[in-house]
Amino acid sequence: MLVPTPSKELLVVKDLRKWFPVRRSLADILAGRERKYVRAVDGVSFTVVCSEVFCLVGESGCGKTTTGKLIVRALRPTSGKMLYRVGEEVLDALRALHVHLEDDSFIDLAGRFRGKADKLLRREVQMILQDPYGSLNPRQTVRDILEEPLIIHCIGGSKEERLELVVKALKDVKLTPPEEFLDRYPHQLSGGQRQRVNIARAILLKPRLIVADEPVSMLDVSIRAEILQLMLELRDVKNLTYVFITHDLAVANNICDRIAVMYLGKIVELGPATEVIRNPLHPYTKALIAAIPEPDPRKGKAIKEVPIKGEVPNAVNVPSGCRLHPRCPYAEERCKHEEPELKDVGGGHLVACHLY
Amino acid sequence: MTLLEVKNLHVHYRTLKGVVRAVEGVTFELGKGEALGIGGESGCGKSTLAFALMKLVPPPGRIVKGKVILDGRDLTKLPDDVLRKEVRWKEVSMVFQGAMNALCPVFTIGDQLAGPLMYHWGMSRREALERAAEALEMVGLHPDMLRRYPHELSGGQKQRVVIAMAILLNPKLIIADEPTTALDVIVQAQIMNLFKKLKKELSSSLVFITHDLSLIADIADKVAIMYGGKLVEFGPAEEVFIEPKHPYTHLLLSSIPRIDRRTKLTWIPGTPPDLRNPPPGCRFWPRCPHATDKCKKEEPPMVELGRSHRVLCHLYA
Repeated sequence: MLVPTPSKELLVVKDLRKWFPVRRSLADILAGRERKYVRAVDGVSFTVVCSEVFCLVGESGCGKTTTGKLIVRALRPTSGKMLYRVGEEVLDALRALHVHLEDDSFIDLAGRFRGKADKLLRREVQMILQDPYGSLNPRQTVRDILEEPLIIHCIGGSKEERLELVVKALKDVKLTPPEEFLDRYPHQLSGGQRQRVNIARAILLKPRLIVADEPVSMLDVSIRAEILQLMLELRDVKNLTYVFITHDLAVANNICDRIAVMYLGKIVELGPATEVIRNPLHPYTKALIAAIPEPDPRKGKAIKEVPIKGEVPNAVNVPSGCRLHPRCPYAEERCKHEEPELKDVGGGHLVACHLY
Repeated sequence: MTLLEVKNLHVHYRTLKGVVRAVEGVTFELGKGEALGIGGESGCGKSTLAFALMKLVPPPGRIVKGKVILDGRDLTKLPDDVLRKEVRWKEVSMVFQGAMNALCPVFTIGDQLAGPLMYHWGMSRREALERAAEALEMVGLHPDMLRRYPHELSGGQKQRVVIAMAILLNPKLIIADEPTTALDVIVQAQIMNLFKKLKKELSSSLVFITHDLSLIADIADKVAIMYGGKLVEFGPAEEVFIEPKHPYTHLLLSSIPRIDRRTKLTWIPGTPPDLRNPPPGCRFWPRCPHATDKCKKEEPPMVELGRSHRVLCHLYA
């Protein structure tokens, strides 16, 4: 594992919120009922350090994808800050554009940006999408797909120059020989190859931060590791930092440096990957780990104890106090009223639970 | 005692671009009350095999050769109306892939569960609803669910309803095709517990199809690994998982990321074969680390390794 030296924070997320309004019916409006919100992300704070793989883990509906979309500015947060340390070259350009900077090198991605500043920031943060079957335009060839971001960002003056960059990106993701792939359509590629094109598209603009939203969940187990290994190699070669979103703790265990476990829009546990998995503290994390099936018939067969009952509640009616209390086996009176805060229990291991 | 015997089964899809040989020469047997796990990558033919067991392969697919013998009766020889009245659901039922969408949105759960009971067992609506309530309780749902519509249920609840539907008529064989794929890990563990409980309580046999070998280890007594339409390894779960013989099984098992240790990631290079035009010889040789010249030319034989453990590989011939 590459230890980030010096450990500089690249992204500082502070109390990030994204509430989606729910449509009211006419009857609701006439009765004067308050507007309801889906609290997809509800007060999330974390720091991503340069060249680490930071993992957001949780079940569906916990807000991990929304957090990812907020970081790449596909959505605008309801409130909160996302301070991003801008690279040297871009920093000068942004200063020239008189964009507001915090601490002289951070920019708040939650802000509104226009024109040139917007484009510069888009190049800094890119995303790898989950579904390799739905995220590539079926009517474009690989060449078109990869050339488009270059055209939009005016990189490479001529068609030949752009082609050179595209070929290089294909080589980077090990789609070789690149000439063979340039004129293929997505349907002529396998799932793994499509995901490589997705990765090539993400690295083309030389970003420093990549949000990878479940990049391997749609792929066969036999090729998952290959894509993960490629992502790790690219991190070392291109000095990337990943925010890796996954529901699979076993995948997280194998590639992440730090893990944040989310539940209903909140982070319930955060810490170094090995710490969180070997020594989980939050009842929810414990249940997530206990629920993972192991490929060993000697361990299976017996009914497995999964301490957490039922399913994730609707994010519109979030339970009071600790959000897990209706499902938690350790819930006390206090858990129903008081919301636990994320507290450090030593060694950068944070947990939001009244038990600690 | 043997309940199901599949002998040299071939299923082909005739398409405009050629014949897709989705299942080729699959042979296995399954005892009463046993659970068989079928695993493999996507496109290896495992779902086609599941449909073939009920003679329900969607067109243009067709069973071209082989036998599916359930309790002494060859299902491939039976006409459709006999299958519908006597076999499907009564003797063999299925939990379909993407079961979340297998329920009809405009009927209540009760109506959907009562249907097969009224048709097959000639029950009155009232009797059928009583039996349906029993089935719901077996899968851990409250009988109140009978009056609900599918959209009122969560994913895990819908999955339980679909499982209740499959056990409704006490079939001899239940086929579950990727029953937990769309579910979260915690709900998945709950559903797996349900399958284990049902397996103990009912005397039905289970065919469990999934790409996730960990789930097979969780429930199956026997394991069948498929690659490129062929059964490459078949045997008791303990033997196959602990001492896999076929290079493919071995690689597949070692590419599963583990939670209990942090290991160097391994994978199987290359892509699965195109079933319209599979490579000559062994179908796995282009990706196999042990491939020899013989593998490229000759189809490997099925080698018996004792105690119903079989492997399709030249290494053991």
